[in-house]
Amino acid sequence: MARIFSYIVHKSGVIDDSAVELAAAARKIDPAISPVALVTGHGAGFDAVCSALRNTYSEIWTVSNQALAYPNAELIRKALVKIVPPASIVLVAHEHFGIDLAPGLSVKLNSSYVPDVLGIEGLEGSALKVVRQEFGGMVSTHVRCDISSGAVLTIRPGAFKSLDTAPASSTVIDKSAEVDALTAGRRYLHTIAPETGAVDITKHAVLVSIGRGIQEKDNVPIAEELAEELGAAVSCSRPVVDAKWLEKSRQVGSSGKTVKPKVYLACGISGSFQHLAGLKGNPFIIAINKNPKAPIFQVADIGIVDDILEFLPEMTTKVREMHSVSAK
Amino acid sequence: MEILVCARRVPDTSENEIQLNSAGNDIEREDLVYSINEADNYAVEEALQIANRVGGNVTVVSVGSDEDEEILRREMAMGASRGVLLTDDGFTGSDGRGIAAILKAFVQQASYDLILTGVQAESGGAQVGGMLAAMLDWPFASLVNSIEVLDQRKLKITREIEGGNKEISEMDLPCVLSIQTGINEPRYVGMRGIRAVASLPVPTYSASDLRLDPATVGAAGAKVKRVDYFVPALGKRAEMLTGGREENVAKVLELVAAKGGLK
Amino acid sequence: MVEATQSPAQITYWLLQGQALFSIVAVLGLVCFAYIVARRLIPLLRAQKDSRFDQPLVRLGKVFKFWLGQWRHPRYKTAGILHLLIFSGFILLAMRAFTVLMVGIWPNFVIPGMSREAARLYEELTDYAATMVFLCMIFAIIRRLVFQPVRYAVPAKFGKTHTADAIFLLALIAILMLADSLFEGVKAAAQTQSGVEPAVLSLPWLFRMGLATAPLPTLGHIYFGAYLLHESVFYFLLCYRPFGIQFHVETSLFNIYFARLQKGTVKPVRWGVSDDHLDEVKAFGVKAFEDFTWKHMLDFYSCADCGRCSDSCPANAVGRPLSPRFISIKARDYAFQHYPMFGHASNGQALIGSIYSEDEIWSCTTCGACEEECPLLIENIDKIVDMRRGMIDDGKVPQSLQKPLKALESRGNPYGKMEKKRADWINAKDFQQTCKLKTLGKNNGADTLYFVDSITSYDDRMQSIGRATAKILAHLGVDFGVLGAAEKDSGHEVRRFGEETLYMALRDHNTAAIRASGVRRIVTADPHAFNALKNDYKDVPPVEHISQTLAREVRAGKIKFNPLANAHDVYTYHDPCYLGRHNGVYDDPRAVLDAIPGLKRVEMKRSRDRSFCCGGGGLMLFYEPKEEERIGVKRVRMAAEAGANIIVTACPFCMVNVEDAIKVAGLEGKLTAIDLAELAERQLVREECRATLPGRPSEPGSTEIQQQFVTRR
Repeated sequence: MARIFSYIVHKSGVIDDSAVELAAAARKIDPAISPVALVTGHGAGFDAVCSALRNTYSEIWTVSNQALAYPNAELIRKALVKIVPPASIVLVAHEHFGIDLAPGLSVKLNSSYVPDVLGIEGLEGSALKVVRQEFGGMVSTHVRCDISSGAVLTIRPGAFKSLDTAPASSTVIDKSAEVDALTAGRRYLHTIAPETGAVDITKHAVLVSIGRGIQEKDNVPIAEELAEELGAAVSCSRPVVDAKWLEKSRQVGSSGKTVKPKVYLACGISGSFQHLAGLKGNPFIIAINKNPKAPIFQVADIGIVDDILEFLPEMTTKVREMHSVSAK
Repeated sequence: MEILVCARRVPDTSENEIQLNSAGNDIEREDLVYSINEADNYAVEEALQIANRVGGNVTVVSVGSDEDEEILRREMAMGASRGVLLTDDGFTGSDGRGIAAILKAFVQQASYDLILTGVQAESGGAQVGGMLAAMLDWPFASLVNSIEVLDQRKLKITREIEGGNKEISEMDLPCVLSIQTGINEPRYVGMRGIRAVASLPVPTYSASDLRLDPATVGAAGAKVKRVDYFVPALGKRAEMLTGGREENVAKVLELVAAKGGLK
Repeated sequence: MVEATQSPAQITYWLLQGQALFSIVAVLGLVCFAYIVARRLIPLLRAQKDSRFDQPLVRLGKVFKFWLGQWRHPRYKTAGILHLLIFSGFILLAMRAFTVLMVGIWPNFVIPGMSREAARLYEELTDYAATMVFLCMIFAIIRRLVFQPVRYAVPAKFGKTHTADAIFLLALIAILMLADSLFEGVKAAAQTQSGVEPAVLSLPWLFRMGLATAPLPTLGHIYFGAYLLHESVFYFLLCYRPFGIQFHVETSLFNIYFARLQKGTVKPVRWGVSDDHLDEVKAFGVKAFEDFTWKHMLDFYSCADCGRCSDSCPANAVGRPLSPRFISIKARDYAFQHYPMFGHASNGQALIGSIYSEDEIWSCTTCGACEEECPLLIENIDKIVDMRRGMIDDGKVPQSLQKPLKALESRGNPYGKMEKKRADWINAKDFQQTCKLKTLGKNNGADTLYFVDSITSYDDRMQSIGRATAKILAHLGVDFGVLGAAEKDSGHEVRRFGEETLYMALRDHNTAAIRASGVRRIVTADPHAFNALKNDYKDVPPVEHISQTLAREVRAGKIKFNPLANAHDVYTYHDPCYLGRHNGVYDDPRAVLDAIPGLKRVEMKRSRDRSFCCGGGGLMLFYEPKEEERIGVKRVRMAAEAGANIIVTACPFCMVNVEDAIKVAGLEGKLTAIDLAELAERQLVREECRATLPGRPSEPGSTEIQQQFVTRR
């Protein structure tokens, strides 16, 4: 059986949550195989990452190279192609780096490619059966992937729960020597942090989050009034930012901010995984949406089928009443 | 600059209700309205703006059947100089790699400086752009939301990464970029514009035109195949409140307070 | 030597005899004027065609009513009366002025055919006229400087204030009156023997009295000086007027003669180009100044800067970038700048992005208030629609409008909902039990079509208007049906937002469906659909609004209403723009309301043709304007001010905006809204509207439902 590799993403010496998720996904492919962690980088933070991986992976292949200090997918792909054995299965997290790296990697490794996997059913001979979604999560599909010449799979963040079992022992193998000079037609320059808005949604315990269901910019105050009464902040999903109804700093999601509130009111949000990817720390999610079939109801704790344009103002009124009563 | 945009015709997610059909093996396709994949439309608009700034032509290409011609015409009405359809019975059932191979064959018949695709389409794969780049051995960047032409051979691009951060990189031309929605404000294409291009030719290329080995494309060459469509038995599901609005509001506020959220 | 009794023509000053001097002045003045007018006409010659030469008698009628009769002016009382006096003064003074001018060249000039008696009477009349005009000028100057009416103010973004220029012109006219009066007064003072006296207490009379003791030579000098002053000011004004708002003195008559005759509709893309030839038109709409028609350019010249249009414009009232007054003024200034008196015209430049902004043009709700107020009958909607056509042509459409437009194209409604669900509201279980609606089809005809249109079909709240209208028609025993899924959006706003091609596609589809159904007439509860079917569409049966249907039955005594449950409510009726202003239906809805026993009704200050738009319908609901507050909020406050607690509307878009505004304005509990059809249906006195067909409810779109009702007569 081929080897299974997990590509590890890390930043400033901290391993991304996907590392343990990929390990869990690997076990779903074949419980008998121990996945190998693939990690690239350079410097002190990198060393810390390599040691920390011992808690999850029994074998870790590292590539330390000056050129890889910043994770440039073009360079990393070239490095991986040099060290990954043929017919291997490589798992990568499906987020901005994985999308950059993985499709091209599958071509260079001459393997199959299945993106955004959120369920693994198992092996059927030389094929792997997995579960994906299409149409923004409205329908699911079973997919069969021929893995006889290997496969690259990107795994949906949060789809596989960490197994929390540390390996008995762990070996770190330095593969740096197999990777020589790396150059690519894409050169990293710098990163620009977003302008901090007046409101930092990552610091609030309660978020009133709005999506497309708010319908127009003029309705945003409905959410703002409720947030004010609750002592909360207003956040939103991507479509609201695309339509320029709120600034980017309010966006929760894979391309926005990651938040860890205690209570999350998802108002008129359909619940795409890119949005949910920004919700961490297991908040109590209350979802209000006109569409009873909205995917958000699968992840929320409490669900209400109603029009947020009617529901939220009533909440605001109620909270005001409660405040005026308690003030007396 | 010669710019190629790879586009795809998909069911319009905002104007359709996506449901399983009665047989349970596909989505209900009757009454679906199709249009160009939203991200691809942003890509065409971006290509047109670049061509307007530095001079050049925009070609829009799609792999599909006759029905897909309509999106090519729409993009031509938008301003693309040419629309091309790659069509062949042997292309049916292609997986992402197959589509990329078909596009690669087309690209190699001409000389393009820049290839744009939308970041992803209805299948949520986000794969064709990256594969095409690897097949051509061109540099690639995904989730691009800003492009600046530095000179004939270089671009400065911005990628949208986590936390709202923007990653700035330099790209050598020729390269492939996948474009994120919201990069620009696409211009409107009205019925009149579409009528005006209704009689313009849209050249088609078959597998033999592209000198493609049929074994590498279509269902024959596909290593990844969709087995079915289904709606999963709902796993963890929200507790749905069933009261009237007033009741629900009260319950919600109770819960918010209980979970530590009321000031 | 100056002799008092000499006419100015005969006086010799230095070497020049008066006659020569004044002839030269006259010729110069007239040649100058002719040259200036010719230069002003140049852009009109390059403009698009306009169809304004039909129905000359009707047009002359309008000239009598609006030009001579100053019909619109009293709508703003002070300025209106002032202008009436000034205008009638000018008309009266016309012959006198002409005589005075001629006298400088032909000393014994008199108006041919006028008897001495008539001439004397005329002299006296015009003495007073000149005095009146003079006093009006003084009053106008004081009004401008001291009282400063708000509508004359120029917002900073539109440039500098116009007050200086206005005062300058008013002062010049005052001086003209003074010069004329002085001339007559001196003449009378010098000719005391002939006993010709100016009218008592008029300006000439005052001058005559003041100069009674002046020596003859002095009088002679003053005589000549007054005449010269009169000449100079007269010809100066003549040549100066075409450089500013005073040009309306010359153009107003033509502007009113050539004014639009038909209300409610919008000009075609190109006059004289039929729909099937539109493909040959290279570009749609107005992008450059020369794309306007000559009549629109004449409008720009004719604007008197009175500000009444902007004063009544709802978009302007809430701080949107649009001010109709400045649509005209900016275009006029553009014309002046780009078509100068000397040198080549610089033409063909894009207007949007230079003198107009995109948002400015998208802000208009097409309510027509500006056109209803303008004393010069200037048309703004056509120009805005034309400029929108140009923007659509260039693809410059706000993203928020692109979605509904695309949905209209693919689904026939702006919401993107499926076509086959358009008639679902008919089959809602509880409604079906009380009223079975016929869907017209091949084997299913009817006498009347109920055209529902998109919002009433798809919007949960507005479907109630649909149900009420259907029940009313059923109660009246009308043989009617709906088109069901075969109906597409009327395209009313699509057209007014400039997407003419899409509009024509919708229009053609609906026209074919309507004609195929074989109905003899159409009823609708949607004023936008009403306006489209009545004024935009061709070759469809006559259409009426449900308020008209109801009013007719009320007047014939065929409907009775139950008294209201609550006798303390105060109702007010909000005139929808496309029912009221654009189509003149004001009384019918009121007749219906007044027929409900116990209904107390008040009128808002702005009602009938001065109704204040709710904010707009159709595509306007999707547009995201930059404004200080919502137009609807202003309107509901007007209702509250009038003392009403219930607003009655007769349009689903008004209903959307009003209900929304009540919430935003924080007036929930103090104000509610109800549609006229809903109210009427609720209060109808009737026996049951029974469906006698047993069995299961039918499938949508089926052709076999028969309606059977007990008719009330």
